[in-house]
Amino acid sequence: MSNELIELTAAVAAERVRAGELDPRELFEAYRERAAADELNAFTWVADGPPVLAVTDGPLEGVPVAVKDLFCTEGVPSQAGSRILEGYRPPYTATVVAKLAAAGAPLLGKCNQDEFAMGSSNENSGFGPVLNPWDRGRVPGGSSGGSAAAVAAGLAPWAIGTDTGGSIRQPAALCGIVGLKPTYGACSRFGMIAFASSLDQAGPLTRNVTDSALLLRHMVGHDPCDSTSVPFPGEIAAPRADHLRGIRLGVPEELTGAGRGVEPGVRASFEATLALAEGLGAVVEPCRLSHAPHALSAYYLIAPAEASANLARFDGVRYGLRVDGSADLLTMYSATRAAGFGPEVKRRIMLGTYALSSGYYDAYYGTAQKVRTKISDDFKHAFERFDFVVTPTSPWIAFELGAKTDDPLAMYLNDFCTVPMSLAGIPAISIPSGLSDGLPVGFQLAGPAFSENRLLDAAYALEQAIGFDAKAPRS
Amino acid sequence: MLDRDQVLHVARLARLELSADEVQRMAAELSKVLDHIEKIRELDLDDVPPTSHVVDVVNALRADEPIPCLSPEAALASAPEPLEGGFGVPSPAA
Repeated sequence: MSNELIELTAAVAAERVRAGELDPRELFEAYRERAAADELNAFTWVADGPPVLAVTDGPLEGVPVAVKDLFCTEGVPSQAGSRILEGYRPPYTATVVAKLAAAGAPLLGKCNQDEFAMGSSNENSGFGPVLNPWDRGRVPGGSSGGSAAAVAAGLAPWAIGTDTGGSIRQPAALCGIVGLKPTYGACSRFGMIAFASSLDQAGPLTRNVTDSALLLRHMVGHDPCDSTSVPFPGEIAAPRADHLRGIRLGVPEELTGAGRGVEPGVRASFEATLALAEGLGAVVEPCRLSHAPHALSAYYLIAPAEASANLARFDGVRYGLRVDGSADLLTMYSATRAAGFGPEVKRRIMLGTYALSSGYYDAYYGTAQKVRTKISDDFKHAFERFDFVVTPTSPWIAFELGAKTDDPLAMYLNDFCTVPMSLAGIPAISIPSGLSDGLPVGFQLAGPAFSENRLLDAAYALEQAIGFDAKAPRS
Repeated sequence: MLDRDQVLHVARLARLELSADEVQRMAAELSKVLDHIEKIRELDLDDVPPTSHVVDVVNALRADEPIPCLSPEAALASAPEPLEGGFGVPSPAA
């Protein structure tokens, strides 16, 4: 019975609970047992019994949700993948998590992630790497790798993550599931342990597009606790489209052209998906995003700069680790941070501090902010002619553990196709488009700000045409 | 491009103690990343306004009314050194 239960999509499970055909306690327990027996290191904490907080009679009643570690959850370990926050139990809950609980979704567990969401492979977690359920010798992507692996392996019906430069879309692609980064401001950031505040955005990781829309519907909305959140225009609807007639898809040469590092297997899947889109009635044409090749550089200045400021709060004073025995305050700060942060976090703090330091600010951070303007303008122009811009989500399929850890720059290049949308603050979704060497490939669609409903509709039509039904092995 | 002294200067600004090995590795790794990033300085961006934020929200203010907040006990619950209702720290001067 429990095997049948875990193959239900979240939307179907929610329907059955509401129709009285499925006992929500049975559903929760089926997932709780699986999550507790997790062999992928996808979870850093799993609920130890039936939920206490769950609202009954909500639209998501009884459908458990797995939550990326960096969402503060009252009384539950919330460590953002960092040893500097080991055992930290916050005194309050992130707005997005509270909204899902209010809709009836009980908390299943907290998901492993790259430390402070900095990474594309989950190898930067202070609590060990997450394994890809398709091939345990490979990475699940990152930084929301635990969330993606848990959903792909059937350890959770769905999960939430955060995306700063691709941290929802890329692990979704590498694990063969659907990941959506909403428009910046659509979801409250309150209670998310911050990485880069002008880029961070919460979003759903799900088995299909219908689940993505359902979860997102209960995440969006203005929050008085986050002054950058805005009311979502209208409601996120269940996607229904069965064709793409009248839809124009732009393929940016700057991200997808020859010499951009897209693997042959990924390219083949991308091109096959474009052909399917044409079969559904879409017009597919090249588009220009002239500054997109510079997006990665701008991102790796802006995000570390913001991170260097955000992570100043981890100093051994109010919470988390303190390295004691220091003679003075300054030494205590430096020793605590040296012991608590991992290598990638230190690297980004250093990069960001350098980019903001006197004498370099204009040359680096200031220039990056101008490039950001140009990238937003490129998208604005593209959306005058096209409904969506499409690319492969990641230029590569899941790579082997340890393959890129010695070369930070090579790791950063993984985000080549996802950071431009992050800098522009626009929504983008990754859906599985097929397999290459037996591993999933992701197809990315990006639309103008607040086009989530149209984006989900187009992704849904494509999803039906692709018919991706491969699943990661169940343990 | 980044030398040892620059790395130490930035580490001091970032309140980060680095081992000798880390200083050496950081200089090499950051130089490589900065070399790649350097390309954006070739762009002509003279008249381009900077973007610090993509949401068109200016001065989001709320009414100045008291609302419930964390109790001192809750706020201090995770502190390494709660001290007389505040956060205890080592002396600023050694």
